[in-house]
Amino acid sequence: MELLLAILIGILFTAAVYLILSRSLLKVILGTSLLSHGAHLLILTMGGLGGSAPPVLIDGVTDFADPLPQALILTAIVISFGVTAVILVMAYRMYSVHKTDNMNELRGNDEHD
Amino acid sequence: MEFVLLIFLPFVFAILVPFAYKYIKGIHTGWFVLLVPLVLFGYYLSFIPLTMDGGHAISEIKWIPTLGIAFTSYIDGLSLLFTLLITGIGSLVVLYSIFYMDKKKENLGSFYVYLLLFMTAMLGVVQSDNTMTLYLFWELTSISSFLLIGYWYTRDKSRFGALKSMMITVFGGLMMLGGFILLSIMGETFSIRELIAQAPDLVSHPYFTSALILILLGAFTKSAQFPFYIWLPDAMEAPTPVSAYLHSATMVKAGIYLVARFTPIFGTSSTWIWLVTGIGLLTLFWGSFFAVKQTDLKAILAFSTVSQLGLIMSLLGAGAISYHTTEAMFAFATYAAIFHLINHATFKGGLFMIAGIIDHETGTRDIRKLGGLMSIMPLSFTVALIGSLSMAGLPPFNGFLSKEMFLESMVALRHFELFQFDTWGILFPIVAWVASVFTFTYSLYFVLKTFLGQGKVDQLPKRPHEAPIGMLVAPMILASLVIIIFFIPNVLGKWVIKPAVMAVQPTLYGSPADIDIHVLAWHGFGSVGLWLTVAIVIVGSLLYLTIPKWQPLYKLQPAKLSLNEGYDALMRGSEKGMNRLSRAYMTGLIRTYLLYMFAFLSVTVIAVLFIKDAFVVDMNSFAAITLYGALNAVILLLSIGFVVFAKSRLAAIIALGGVGYSVALFFVIFKAPDLALTQLVIETVSVALFLLAFKHLPALNEHGETKKTKVVNLIISLSVGVMVTLVALSSHSQKLIPSISQYYKDTVATEAGGGNIVNVILVDYRGFDTLFEIAVLAIAGIAVLGMIRLRVSRKETTDENK
Repeated sequence: MELLLAILIGILFTAAVYLILSRSLLKVILGTSLLSHGAHLLILTMGGLGGSAPPVLIDGVTDFADPLPQALILTAIVISFGVTAVILVMAYRMYSVHKTDNMNELRGNDEHD
Repeated sequence: MEFVLLIFLPFVFAILVPFAYKYIKGIHTGWFVLLVPLVLFGYYLSFIPLTMDGGHAISEIKWIPTLGIAFTSYIDGLSLLFTLLITGIGSLVVLYSIFYMDKKKENLGSFYVYLLLFMTAMLGVVQSDNTMTLYLFWELTSISSFLLIGYWYTRDKSRFGALKSMMITVFGGLMMLGGFILLSIMGETFSIRELIAQAPDLVSHPYFTSALILILLGAFTKSAQFPFYIWLPDAMEAPTPVSAYLHSATMVKAGIYLVARFTPIFGTSSTWIWLVTGIGLLTLFWGSFFAVKQTDLKAILAFSTVSQLGLIMSLLGAGAISYHTTEAMFAFATYAAIFHLINHATFKGGLFMIAGIIDHETGTRDIRKLGGLMSIMPLSFTVALIGSLSMAGLPPFNGFLSKEMFLESMVALRHFELFQFDTWGILFPIVAWVASVFTFTYSLYFVLKTFLGQGKVDQLPKRPHEAPIGMLVAPMILASLVIIIFFIPNVLGKWVIKPAVMAVQPTLYGSPADIDIHVLAWHGFGSVGLWLTVAIVIVGSLLYLTIPKWQPLYKLQPAKLSLNEGYDALMRGSEKGMNRLSRAYMTGLIRTYLLYMFAFLSVTVIAVLFIKDAFVVDMNSFAAITLYGALNAVILLLSIGFVVFAKSRLAAIIALGGVGYSVALFFVIFKAPDLALTQLVIETVSVALFLLAFKHLPALNEHGETKKTKVVNLIISLSVGVMVTLVALSSHSQKLIPSISQYYKDTVATEAGGGNIVNVILVDYRGFDTLFEIAVLAIAGIAVLGMIRLRVSRKETTDENK
C-alpha cells in the first residue's frame, strides 16, 4: 500500500508543479491545491499506513494507526484552506485591476526593479 | 593603563563633535578637535626613551578570543614613528583646517567626525599586532578617506574621486586580507610578532610567494604605486587639509608601513626585493615625469607624492638586500627610507598647505593663471620655496640629505651580485637619476611658476593678499622643521629613525645603538652623491627653462591608452556586464524563479539520497494493498488527470473536488476519521469558494505556451514527483529514531484524560499551535475581506519616477 501511495503522491506532486509552472493564473491556484493534497498524503505515508483501528483509546484495542501524522495533517488541512481562500481572492482582485490572468504579463516592469 | 584604548580616543571624541558643532556656535569646532591629536602626541612622545633602547610596549584587549583575534597595540620604533607622524601632522592639519574651513559655510560636524575616524583607523593600522584587526583598521582608513574625498558631495568630481579611491584601495585591502589568511595558515597565528619569530620556517612554505604578492598588492594600492596610483590625483578633490594629511603624510604611507613591517618575513625573498625596488623605481620615474604635465597645483603635488612614495618604496626594497650581504650600504637604504619618509611628511605637508592657501586667497589652483604672487604673499612664498627646494634635494634642507642617501643606495645596487642584479642593476641608478632630474624640474615648476614671473594678478577670480597668520602657522612650523632636521639629522636618527630601522630589520642588530650610520651633509669631493646632485641641478634647471619647448611631448600619448581610461572602461564594462548577467537570470517571471527552486530542490535531494545511501525500501514493512485502496487510487488518478487536462474552468474545479474527496476516502481507509471529516467539510467549502471566484476569472487559456516551455515544465515537475516518491519510500522504510507517538499513546489517558488521541494532541498537548492556527485563519479572513471590500483609488502620481 505504501508503494502505491508513494507513487500516487509523486503523481500528485508532478501534476501540481506542472500546473504551477503554467501561464494561466487559475491553473496555478489549482496546482497549489493539488500540492497540499499531496503533502497531506505524504505525511500520512511517512508515518506508516498500518494499524487496524483509528487512534482512539478503547479497551482491548492496541494496534491503532499512528496519531501523530494525523494531528499534523489536521492542522495542515485547515491552513491550506486559508491559503487557497486568500490566493483565490487575490487572483480575483488581480484580474479586476490588471485585466489579465497571463503570468507573463504580470511581471514587474523596469521601473519597479 | 591599557594604552591600546587610546587608539579609540579620537573615535570616541568624534561622538561629541556633532553636539559641539550644533550647540557651541561661537567657537570653531576645530579648536576642540585639536585637543585630541595634541594630547595623543604628547603622550606618545613618552615612549621615545623606551624604543631608543630597542624596547617595545604591548597592550591588549581581547576581542574574539576563540579565534585569536585581539586589539593589540604593539609599540616599537616603527609604530612609534608612524604614530608620532599621525598625531603630530594631525595636530598641524587640524590647526590649519580651523582657518581653511569656514565655520559658517561648511558642515564642520561631519568633517571633523570623518577626520577623527581616520585618526583612529590610522593609529590602529600602525599599532595593531594582530593581522585581522590591522585589516579592519586598514579598510576603515579607506572608508574615512572615501568620506573625506567626497566631502563636497554635490560635486561630480568629488564623488567620482571618492569612488575611485575606494574601489582601488578596497580591492587592494581584500587582496591583503587573502595574504594575511595565507600567513595565518602558514604560521598558525594572527600575531605579526609571532609570524616574524618563525620567519625562517615560513620561507619554504608553498603559500609563501602567494602571500607575498597579495600583501604587496595591498601595500601598492594604498601607497599609490604604479599602476594603482591613478586614484591619488583624483583624490585631490578633497578639501586641502585632507590632501595634506591623508593623501600625502599618513594614509598613503600605510603601504610603506606594511612593507616595512613585513620585511622581516618576506625580505629574504628575491621576488620581494625585485618587486618592491622595481615597482618603487618605476613609480618614482612615472610620477616625477608626469608631474610636469599637470597644470593644477594640487595635481602637481599629487604626482609628486606618487613619485616620492615610489622612492621610499624602492629604498625599502634595497634595504631588504641586507639579508643577503654584509655590505653596510643596504642597511643604509632602510635608514634612508625611514629618514625620507619623515622628510617627505614635513616638506610635502607644508607644500599642500601652501597650495590650499593659494587656492583660498586667489580662487584658483591653475598654474597657467597664477604668477607673480611673491610680493603679495611673501610668507607663503618663503614656505613654498623651502618645501620645494627640499623636495628638489638641495641644501640646507632635509630633502638633500635623504635624496643623497637614496642616490648612493641606488648606485650600490649596481654591485650587488645576486638575483641577476649584476645584469640589470645598472638600470637602477640610471632610472633613479633621471627621476631625480624630473623631481628637480617639477619642484622649480611648482614654486617659480606660481610666485615669480609676470603677475596676471588682476585677472584672478579673487583679489589676492597674504593669508591670515593662523593659516600660516602650521606650514611655517613644518618649514622650520625642514631646516632644523638638516642641521640635526643624527639627533633625529638616534631618537626615532634607528629604533624604526631596528624594527624593520630586527635580526641584524642587537639594539638601535648598534646601527652604525652617521648622516653627513658633506662627504668631500670624492662622493658620488655630490656629483650626481650637481648634475641633477644643472640638467634639471635646463629642463625647467625649456619646459615650453618639450611640454607638448605629453600630448603624444593617446588619451585612449592612459591608465585612467583603462579604469573607466573597466568600471563601465563591469557595470554593463553585471547588469546583463543579472538580467539574464532575473527575468521577472515567477515561472523562472520557481523553475530554479524546483530544479535545485529535486536535484540536491535526489543527489543526497544516493550519495549518502539514504535510499532504502523495506518491502516487508508495507501494509497490504486493499481493494478499496486500489479502487480509490484509480479515482484519484482520474481526477488528477481531469484537473490537468480539463479544457473548461468548471470541469477543472469539479475534478479538483474529486481529488479532495478521494483523499478524504483515503483518510477513511487509513483509519483517520477526524481527518476524513475535516477534509470533507473543507473540500466542500473550497469547491464552493472556487465556484464563486471562477465567475470573476477568465476562461482557461494557454496564453501561447510553446511546446518547448511545456516540455521543460514537464521535466521539472517529473523530477519533483520522483524526488517526493523516493523521499516518501525511504522515510517510511527507515526510522532512525523512535517515534514520539508512543509518548502520546502512553500518556493521553493519564495526563490529559482523553480517549481520542488526535483530538487530545491538538487541543491539549499542542494547544498553542491550534490557537495560532486559528489566528492564521482569522488573518486570512481579514485579508480576504480586505481584498474584496477595500478599493484603493489608483493614483498616477505615486510613481516617483514620473
